[in-house]
Order: sequence, then C-alpha cells, then structure tokens
Amino acid sequence: MKNYLAILERELKSYFVSPMAYIVIALFVLISGIFFYVIVSNFVEYSFRVMMQAQYYRMAPPKLNVNLMAIRPMLHNMSVFALFWLPLLTMRLFAEEKKMGTIELIYTSPLTSLQIILGKFSASLVVFAAMLILTFVYQVILFFYGNPELNPILAGYLGLFLLGATYLAFGVFFSSLTDNQIIAAVTTFAIILCFWALGWLSDFVGPGLKTILSSISVIEHFNDFSKGIIDTKHIIYYLSFIFFGIFLTHLSLESNKWRQ
Amino acid sequence: MIEVQHLTRYYGSKVAISDVTFSVAKGEILGFLGPNAAGKTTTMRILTCYMPATSGTARIAGYDVFNDSMEVRKRIGYLPENPPLYPEMTVESFLDFVAKIKGVASRERKKSVDRVLDMCHINDVRKTIIGKLSKGYRQRVGLAQALIHDPEVLILDEPTIGLDPKQIIEVRKLIKTLQDNHTVILSTHILPEVSQTCTRVVIINEGKVVAEDTPENLTQRLRGSEKIFVEIGGPAEAIEEKLSSIDGVIKVTKEKVYNGDKVAYVVESKRDVDIRCDLSRLIVQNGWGLYEMRPIGVSLEEVFLRLTTKEEEVEFS
Repeated sequence: MKNYLAILERELKSYFVSPMAYIVIALFVLISGIFFYVIVSNFVEYSFRVMMQAQYYRMAPPKLNVNLMAIRPMLHNMSVFALFWLPLLTMRLFAEEKKMGTIELIYTSPLTSLQIILGKFSASLVVFAAMLILTFVYQVILFFYGNPELNPILAGYLGLFLLGATYLAFGVFFSSLTDNQIIAAVTTFAIILCFWALGWLSDFVGPGLKTILSSISVIEHFNDFSKGIIDTKHIIYYLSFIFFGIFLTHLSLESNKWRQ
Repeated sequence: MIEVQHLTRYYGSKVAISDVTFSVAKGEILGFLGPNAAGKTTTMRILTCYMPATSGTARIAGYDVFNDSMEVRKRIGYLPENPPLYPEMTVESFLDFVAKIKGVASRERKKSVDRVLDMCHINDVRKTIIGKLSKGYRQRVGLAQALIHDPEVLILDEPTIGLDPKQIIEVRKLIKTLQDNHTVILSTHILPEVSQTCTRVVIINEGKVVAEDTPENLTQRLRGSEKIFVEIGGPAEAIEEKLSSIDGVIKVTKEKVYNGDKVAYVVESKRDVDIRCDLSRLIVQNGWGLYEMRPIGVSLEEVFLRLTTKEEEVEFS
C-alpha cells in the first residue's frame, strides 16, 4: 500500500508540476464547454419553436426533456473527446520512464509489478476525474434555468468514468510496450477505436454475430448509462475490460523478467 | 556476499556475456573493468534483477537474483550508467521518493535524505529541480539515490563519468569509506580508478572474464623484466659500457641526452634481480653524479591493453 501510494503521489506530482495536466484538463473542459453551448442553444431554440407552434394551434405546449435532448448528447460527445484525450494522459506513464532510464530505478526497487501499474493507473484516473468534475459545472448551470433530473446525470457521469477508466487501462498497457510516447498514444487510440467501431459493424452482420459484436463494443454499453440506467451488466463489462487491461500490463512488465 | 556462476545472457542470437563466474566477499570493492560493450552493464543489470540471465545463477547475500528478486532488491543500491532521475522533481523530493520505494521507514526518511545529501556533497542543491543540474551534480544525485537505504551491496555503473577531477577524487574517497560496511562492485574503463579504489579487479572482454586478481598482482604477473630509469652526470660512452657490465642487466637504452654531460638511461634487468645497489655503487665509485633513479612499473593500462587486445599471447591460469 505504501509503495502504491508513493508511485501514485509521484505520478500525480509529475502530471501537475508540468503544464501537461493543466493543458489537457483545460482544453478538455473548453471543448466540452463549446459543445455544451451549442447543444443547449439548439435545445433552447427548438423548445422555443415548439412552443410557438403549440400556441399557433392552440394546444398545450409539449413537455421537452432536457435530460434526453441536451444532457444525453452532451455525455456522448464527451465520451468521444475522452477517446482523443485519454491516450495523451497514459502515453507517458511507462514510455517516458523507459526513454529516460528511470525505469531501471523502478524495476530494481523492491516494488511489485502490480504496485507500479496500479499507482500509475490511479494517477491517470485522478486526472480524468478532475476533468469530469470540472465539466459537471455545466450541468449545474442547467439547474438554474430548468429542472433537469439529477440522477440520470449522475448515472451518465458514472458511465463516462467507467468508459474513461477502460481507455486508461488500455493506455497504460500500450505505454508499457514501447519507449515511444507517440506510438503508445496512437496504438491506444486505434485499438479503442476498433472496439468502438465493432458496434457499428454489428448493424451489417447476422443476428448471432451481431449480439457478440455489440456486446464487445465499448460504446454500446455506454448508451444505457447516458439514458440514466445503471445496469450491473454494463458495470461488469467495463470493470472486466479494466482488469483485462491491467492484467495485460502486468504480463508485459513480468515478461521483462522471463528467461528467453 | 556476491556469488556469480556461469552467467550467460543472449540478446536474440548475439551473446552479451558468456559463462561469467566471479565472487565478491563482504567488504570488498570489486572493479569491473572492460572496454565498451564488453558486457559490464549486462552483468550489472542481471545482478540488480533488472533483467534475467539466459543461464547461470547469481546470488546476493544468499538470495538468488531470479527466484528471490524482492529480497535481493531490498539489499542493493544501483547506479545505472545513466543516473535514473526525474528531471521535474527537486533533489530533495526525488530522494524522498526513492527512500519510500526502497522501504525506508517514514521516521527515518528525513534523516536518510540528509545523510546522503551530506555524503555526496549536494546539500547546496537540495531544493533545485534536477533538470537544471549540471552533469556532475546529476551523477552525484544518482549516487545519493543508490545510497539512500544504506544497502549492503552497491552496484555502480561508471560512477565517476561526467565528473570533474576534484569531484572524481571526492567520489573515489566516498567509495573507499563505504568499504567498511558495504560490498561494492563498480564498473569503469578508467584504469587509475581501479588501482586507486578497488581491492580486486575482474577484467571482462567480449563477454568473457579474462582475468581476476588484485591490481598489484595483475601488474606483477605481466611484468616480464624490471626496468629502472637513471639520470647520470658523466661521460656517456663510459657510463653505457659500465652499466651493461652489471650482473643481470639485459639491456641499456639511452633515453635522453641533456645539455652538458647528463644522460638518462632505462636499464632493463632480469625479473627477480634487483640491480639498484650495484648501480648506485658503480656510479659513486666512478665519481659520476646521480640525479635520479626510479623503478618503472608496468601500468594497469598495459595489463589491460594486453589482456583485451592480445589475450591469446598472455596465459593466465
């Protein structure tokens, strides 16, 4: 535990003493903010038009759901930004240490592979959590002007957090394979995108394969969360993906110690 | 303390070290000597559990580096060729981090950091960011990092590289003071370093151990003849003739003729004959002036070159 905390603390410091974390977080929040503005403006304009129409036909104005029409698309957008952003958080975790030679210090210290991996993974998770919490401010703004439901928003954020953690677990793995940060980021991005695209592919295959493909796809499992549904099936999917990523990283670290 | 037996390591099909065997007793400083790419770093990386050997065993303090790597790692301090430093950290916070992961108890940590800061003379930069330090300072922070948990065994890969002459002397002194409670292996290709700091030398070339002995014995074993340098004031021809007639002298070479009548010679004699008494008596009897007389030893450089370049000519049992 002490070793794990030491690694976590050092990784966090290293994120926050350089401009890296600030820039990644700030730009994520900025881009989310722009999309939030566009989506909410569209929603306001649409609800205004619907109200005018209702008045014209002398009907009661229909109730529009801000959760479904603004917050849900917003959550989906953020899940896409995370795909671009999170590989940038994880790419340095092992690759940089390998390049600089500090990995020799880490590997020759009395630390287990799991302590090293979990320390690094948790550090990136903390940065990602900071990103999510900052974007939550946008949702709070909605409460001043409307009455969205809180629980579906929280469910959506839980889904985003799990989805992001999955990206990060794979990012850590690909970082452990190379000493080149660009390669680490690009392969993470590409592999996650493949898992994402499996969902689209499932529309064009037979029913049997369709079930398999859509249950592997990372984004299919997010749909329910964004609607406000917390289903253990999806939680288990993400958790098992995270464990799988950490397990692969563990193998990758341990393989350095295998005799050829 | 350190037992290395038949250690072999391949990188793909290329052999990095083959059948390396040596041992280091507690309190010894072993110099690991060899040209670049001889396999020094590979051997050290295996000893520090950074990578496994293809075959062979290595034990440190009774623990196998492969099977009990955690126990070994608790007991070693390692300074790799490039000091492993995080450029964004300050010296103090970096050493504190290393103390943590090396398992120094939290009560002791502050003390340990202060101790190594003093030992390595880096107290003045304790608050400086490592990225801004000069090469010499970085090297010493690297050394401090290896010493932080007061390990039983220290493995130092070229510890004085990048230091200025004054710092080199300080670091060598520091390593010598460690001898009492530590066992040290240091690799280098700087020969005076070995003769000054090490109690024993292992010379490695192309992945194989070619010699293992004390620095003195190594030079002794390779010395074919005794050489004496003399500077004598007197008639050159007569001197040369008389010198050659001393018992046991093989060869007299004129080194230099000075202005006036002062000449320098190198007198070579058989290996186990000391001609210095006869030589000085001869000079005094003839009434010449004796300006200088000193034995010329074979330097470790020569030993090294002969072992690593023409090793087939030299036979070691």
